[in-house]
Amino acid sequence: MDLNTIHDTDFGTPARVSERMVTLEIDGQQVTVPEGTSLMRAAAEAGTMVPKLCATDSLEPFGSCRLCLVEIEGRRGFPASCTTPAEAGMVVRTQSDKLQSLRKGVMELYISDHPLDCLTCSANGDCELQDMAGVTGLREVRYGLAGENHLDSPKDESNPYFSYDPSKCIVCNRCVRACEETQGTFALTISGRGFDSRVSPGQSEAFMESECVSCGACVDACPTATLQEKSVIQFGQPEHSKITTCAYCGVGCGFKAEMKGNQVVRMTPWKDGKANEGHACVKGRFAWGYATHPDRITKPMIRSKITDPWREVSWEEAIAYAASEFKRLQAKYGKDSIGGITSSRCTNEETYLVQKLIRAGFGNNNVDTCARVCHSPTGYGLGQTYGTSAGTQTFKSIEHSDVILVIGANPTDAHPVFGSRMKKRLREGAKLIVIDPRKIDLINSPHIKADYHLPLKPGTNVAMITALAHVIVTEGLLADDFIAERCEEKSFHDWKDFVAKPENSPEATAEITGVPAEQVRGAARLYATGGNAAIYYGLGVTEHSQGSTMVIGIANLAMATGNIGREGVGVNPLRGQNNVQGSCDMGSFPHELPGYRHISDTTTRQLFEQAWGVELDPEPGLRIPNMFDAALAGSFMGLYCEGEDIVQSDPNTQHVTAALSAMECIVVQDIFLNETAKYAHVFLPGSSFLEKDGTFTNAERRISRVRQVMKPLAKYADWEVTQLLANALGLKMDYTHPSQIMDEIARLTPSFAGVSYEKIDKHGSVQWPCNDDAPDGTQTMHIDGFVRGKGKFFVTQYIASDEKVNRRFPLILTTGRILSQYNVGAQTRRTANSMWHPEDVLEIHPHDAEERGIKDGDSVAVTSRAGETVLHAKVSERMQPGVVYTTFHFPESGANVITTDNSDWATNCPEYKVTAVQVLPVTQPSEWQQSYQRFNQTQLELLEQAGEGKA
Amino acid sequence: MDTHHLTRMANQIGSFFEAMPDRQEALAGISQHIKRFWEPRMRRELQQYLQHGDGAELSGIVLEALQADDDWKV
Repeated sequence: MDLNTIHDTDFGTPARVSERMVTLEIDGQQVTVPEGTSLMRAAAEAGTMVPKLCATDSLEPFGSCRLCLVEIEGRRGFPASCTTPAEAGMVVRTQSDKLQSLRKGVMELYISDHPLDCLTCSANGDCELQDMAGVTGLREVRYGLAGENHLDSPKDESNPYFSYDPSKCIVCNRCVRACEETQGTFALTISGRGFDSRVSPGQSEAFMESECVSCGACVDACPTATLQEKSVIQFGQPEHSKITTCAYCGVGCGFKAEMKGNQVVRMTPWKDGKANEGHACVKGRFAWGYATHPDRITKPMIRSKITDPWREVSWEEAIAYAASEFKRLQAKYGKDSIGGITSSRCTNEETYLVQKLIRAGFGNNNVDTCARVCHSPTGYGLGQTYGTSAGTQTFKSIEHSDVILVIGANPTDAHPVFGSRMKKRLREGAKLIVIDPRKIDLINSPHIKADYHLPLKPGTNVAMITALAHVIVTEGLLADDFIAERCEEKSFHDWKDFVAKPENSPEATAEITGVPAEQVRGAARLYATGGNAAIYYGLGVTEHSQGSTMVIGIANLAMATGNIGREGVGVNPLRGQNNVQGSCDMGSFPHELPGYRHISDTTTRQLFEQAWGVELDPEPGLRIPNMFDAALAGSFMGLYCEGEDIVQSDPNTQHVTAALSAMECIVVQDIFLNETAKYAHVFLPGSSFLEKDGTFTNAERRISRVRQVMKPLAKYADWEVTQLLANALGLKMDYTHPSQIMDEIARLTPSFAGVSYEKIDKHGSVQWPCNDDAPDGTQTMHIDGFVRGKGKFFVTQYIASDEKVNRRFPLILTTGRILSQYNVGAQTRRTANSMWHPEDVLEIHPHDAEERGIKDGDSVAVTSRAGETVLHAKVSERMQPGVVYTTFHFPESGANVITTDNSDWATNCPEYKVTAVQVLPVTQPSEWQQSYQRFNQTQLELLEQAGEGKA
Repeated sequence: MDTHHLTRMANQIGSFFEAMPDRQEALAGISQHIKRFWEPRMRRELQQYLQHGDGAELSGIVLEALQADDDWKV
């Protein structure tokens, strides 16, 4: 696998999979290909590239450009090689005088309506039209340029990342097909007829006004400079590239960072990346400018109090100060008075080192990760039922699904590349069930309509999943053989008796969920009997007081119907951030060591004690919310926070900031002065994903390489900073490359035993478990048995949230994220993505808005038992009456000022999805927002005094 | 730490296990969950609450589980 080439081989048409192979002769050479392969691809695989313009191997053949004509012995005419399948015994010629003449004629027509500005064209060096002119030997254009043409067509520069120049369009349809086939948005069309034909977003709108989601698939597919990245127009063609992995969501797309020296010119999705297979979204492809944003802080800083100005210091002084403070706190308040937080935005190697530093250097287990506030219930629920905390499938598995059940997830916004894959399967005919309070886009998008949308009331997931199970049990839809062979008998009977109770029927629970019983019954029947049924779920499942119960309920349902252990089925948590899976795998939770082994397990603990040369505490440490409570109680006084912004992302902001204010030393390691850093005493500059080596693990358990494409702006990669701190605290670390950290992880973690950088480089990526039993990794989990042996059912009693609506707080607020922004927005807010979403707004149903005299765009106060903030209203029928929604991408929005510290019973994952609120029109920011503005202004001034730029 | 918060968390745990038809399994589930996931100072606080209070803030099954098993104690 060549990981450094700029230009990939384009085979012209997609690869086909078939057990039947056909052998034919092309230009005198025998070629054997799977049945269904095009002549164009067969020739390419034999090393002959047939000229082409409208064909590319990411799209189905179209047969419009007439350049790829070939001759086939015994057949008349000149068939297009892209649309002609290879047949056994065919004798094909790709080159002859006649073919050359035909192709040259076609090229003449194209060129007669194309600006001949090759030397100054941004695609110079990467233009297929130019290439084809060369290949076909075009030497003259008999028609001249004087006739009717499109050379004066105005450009559309509305999109911040790419330009559309219709004068260069050859109407090959590749962009239109990419928008349909690859992305599934259907935003582009060919408007006009005959000579007037041109690519057009929507009804001849500008790109920014159209349905376009700026995924860039059209730009990738364009053979000319018609659709071109503005960064390429600005910087010119890249000269080298490196394969790396996106640092946004849990899909973990492979990317090619295309470079000129240390300058990133563009990021293009990696064709061989198994998570994304050559597709990308507006974040991964375009929103990487934050990495070199002027707000980056590249000098270490310290201060005694958060009211003091920051003082730039050397790395040595900053590390020594942090270490001395941590030592002082432990001497004064005890060994357990400090801890740390790892981040899902950091690499596996970095999170592993942070938890090692805390367990072996701090001498306690007070380490947690931001998965606490997103998927910790997945860890608990799947661990209890199946034996390990991970999704069961590959993303590709969805190509074999007949029924797709989406619960509490919005894949087209939050996991867009997988969302496109899902939409493709749905267009092919798979059935769709959506369980979500909102009408997410997937429910009704081009050529897709959900078979069932169960718009339940927020907080009633468990009643819903148990009602689905009730139907399956009482209507005889169980997979009896699977259950008998694969599951614990007693637990199954306990569960079966429980769910069969009349109070769990869809009729009885309709009042709780708000969903008519017949809809629930229909969805349950479809899931149980519709063929391969796969569940995909998100934070709408986990971020509830019964998050873990719901995950268990999902696992129960898959076992009960035998939808586990093969392709096309399974239970798939869609992980929020790039390395949620990895940060959990690496032992970031306070109760378990890498590989999900409890800290109380003596054998495992001894393994690590031996390797690290220290004695480990056998007791679990504090989870993030417990750290805050302990800080307010005076027993937790110091925090090392790497790559995580708890002030903006954790619930009940005022509780969080009170806890941080109670601590004596907070060390923040980040690329920006984030909200948490404004409460910090030591700032250690972090490095972006472009500046370091390492690995991320995506939602498929796929471990992919992150490769350094530029030196760290602040001198050190994050793993090196942790190592410096560890050594200053007396814990010796002497890694010289992250591969050595992965080697240590492999030595100590059975599910990673076979993982190495060498193996990842060889295969492109590796899915764990990867060990002697599965030397090349594991695509599908639990095929012959569950990790825990037999699968275990649990009863799932619905318990209403403590967060009740009443006359004072009559609405339920639920929160989420949007396509263009990412979590706390630290990255995407510093890119042009803010053009799509410049502020967080409150979505409210027209009925609720009218009742309160609220019009679209009005300022409204959102008040809960925890606090109040003011947002602009967006009146939307996507909401059901009684439910309002907002995002949390901007700190000044204060979405988490409203959310409460209610949490999941098993894991303390916050109940972000259910907050009782009142919404009323107002004219000024909330008291919290005014106070935040003052605090923020002061902190920025204190930063400026350190000699740095604005945050 | 806030005792009221801890007893509320313990009661939430109790609510999950209380639905189990096997009472002994439920009781063991509650105390083991607290032992495996609660940091010692949280358990110590709960322990002190039980020693010095009447346990009124705890649900019946949680109280029973914590009294039936010493393993969770620090």
